[in-house]
Amino acid sequence: MALHRCAVVGVGQTHHTSCRGDVSIAGLVREAVDRALLDANMTLADIDAIVIGKAPDMLEGVMMPELWLTDSLAASGKPLFRVHTAGSVGGSTAIVAAQHVMSGLHKRVLTIAFEKQSDGNAMWALSVPLPFSMPVHAGAGGYFSPIVRSYIRRSGAPSHIGAMVAVKDRTNALKNPYAHLHEDHWTLEKAMESPMLWDPIRFVETCPSSDGAIALVLASEDVADKMPGKKAWVHSTAMRSEPTMFAGRNQVSPRAGEMCAEDVFRKAGITDPLKQIDAVEMYVPFSWFEPMWLENLGFAPKDQGWRFVEDGVTEMTGALPVNASGGVLSSNPIGASGMLRFGEAALQVMGKAGEHQIDGARTALGHAYGGGSQFFAMWVVGSEKN
Amino acid sequence: MADDILRIRTPIGIDYTWSSGPGSVVYMRGLENGKLIGRRCPACELVYFPPRNGICPRCGVLLAAEVEVGPRGTITTFCIVNVPFLGQTIKIPYVAATILLDGADIGMQHLIQECEAADVRMGMRVEPVWKDKSEWTPSLENILYYKPTGEPDADFDVYARHL
Ligand SMILES: [Zn+2]
Repeated sequence: MALHRCAVVGVGQTHHTSCRGDVSIAGLVREAVDRALLDANMTLADIDAIVIGKAPDMLEGVMMPELWLTDSLAASGKPLFRVHTAGSVGGSTAIVAAQHVMSGLHKRVLTIAFEKQSDGNAMWALSVPLPFSMPVHAGAGGYFSPIVRSYIRRSGAPSHIGAMVAVKDRTNALKNPYAHLHEDHWTLEKAMESPMLWDPIRFVETCPSSDGAIALVLASEDVADKMPGKKAWVHSTAMRSEPTMFAGRNQVSPRAGEMCAEDVFRKAGITDPLKQIDAVEMYVPFSWFEPMWLENLGFAPKDQGWRFVEDGVTEMTGALPVNASGGVLSSNPIGASGMLRFGEAALQVMGKAGEHQIDGARTALGHAYGGGSQFFAMWVVGSEKN
Repeated sequence: MADDILRIRTPIGIDYTWSSGPGSVVYMRGLENGKLIGRRCPACELVYFPPRNGICPRCGVLLAAEVEVGPRGTITTFCIVNVPFLGQTIKIPYVAATILLDGADIGMQHLIQECEAADVRMGMRVEPVWKDKSEWTPSLENILYYKPTGEPDADFDVYARHL
């Protein structure tokens, strides 16, 4: 089946911060939506359909917030979908929205992802005791830290790699006015002294807890062609999933992630990702996941991802800039974090990333994962039509 | 300005009734009797402990034969938890380890004690310390923690495919 072309024609996000006590969830979401619509030079009346996503409802304790948000998004008389794939949800929500356009069903689709972490307690929500297991689990860090230890053991990576990624992302975030953390004091030496929270993960190597939202306006080719502004054409999208626990599972480099990357690159006609991708926005909530995903995505050979970090390949000036925006390590409104990766990738190829623009970026990858590295969502966007 | 009106604190809680299902009943019964019972997949022959949902996630078929696993096992990987959080029941710092019980093909999480956190290693051999029999319930919490056995560490190759 031939797909219709789809372009990102508007991007809007909030300034991510630890507590937006001045707005409700609806107010936070509407702020991002208004900015995206302004960027696309549209109003809510122009929108045909709305696709919204957020991470587990338990994070804020507001069950099915889409019921409430229908009002503030003027969704009356329009289709509204809620998407849910844990931490990858921002990515999969953007993909579902793109499919609304690529199917030929809709011409102007608004997609939104958000999290208001200050309204709840994510650490508690992600540490719920289960009747068949021992309650030693300690949030996302407690889940991912043993996997990071496995990666370090398997690859022989030196212990400063995680700190290097953290310093890079925090430094990149200084160029992004929307980033939650603007910390200009980090050096590798200081980062190495940061306390171990979930040993082997240091405090500096963890993401913050953020309130924030992002919205994208997606348009069909005929609509996008009539718009004067820059666009990001969606060259391909892919999603994959796998069980969180099964015997013999490769938890460091899940097969679903490898399959998702192979699929998204194949559909975009990319045969040499390292050469053909100009910028990557990768879901890295704990810094060690940068080298791990470099391998999982096929940018680096097995066990060699950390060498890319050490050699500066993923710096803004490197051959494969990763997270010029500062990434999840600098802003983590969980449900929005995946769409932030997708939106930041779009901004790069639109040439609208401001101070953190990668010069001449024409093709970019947006990447998100969620659950126990269980759900993967990716898209490749380009400055030209595919 | 009245900040307590701008942000009102409204705690919520959830109590669950969990239907263990036939797949997990043997596991829960085993724990109640001080035994670690897993189940083998008839297709791939791998042993699951706990036999969650009673299904092999790889093959999608019902797990079959009951297999007693452990009690000893090997630490495949671990986290030293040094972060306090709401609802935490164990004093920090503590070691949450993934333990591959002898005879099982998937690791399970438990606590490591009677050993400094800094001395815990991948490949370390451990054994369970049970609560007093009078306190046993159908719960993995019947095991207070795992402690080192003093045996030589397992070779990396032995557990590498479980990481
Ligand atoms: Zn099987």
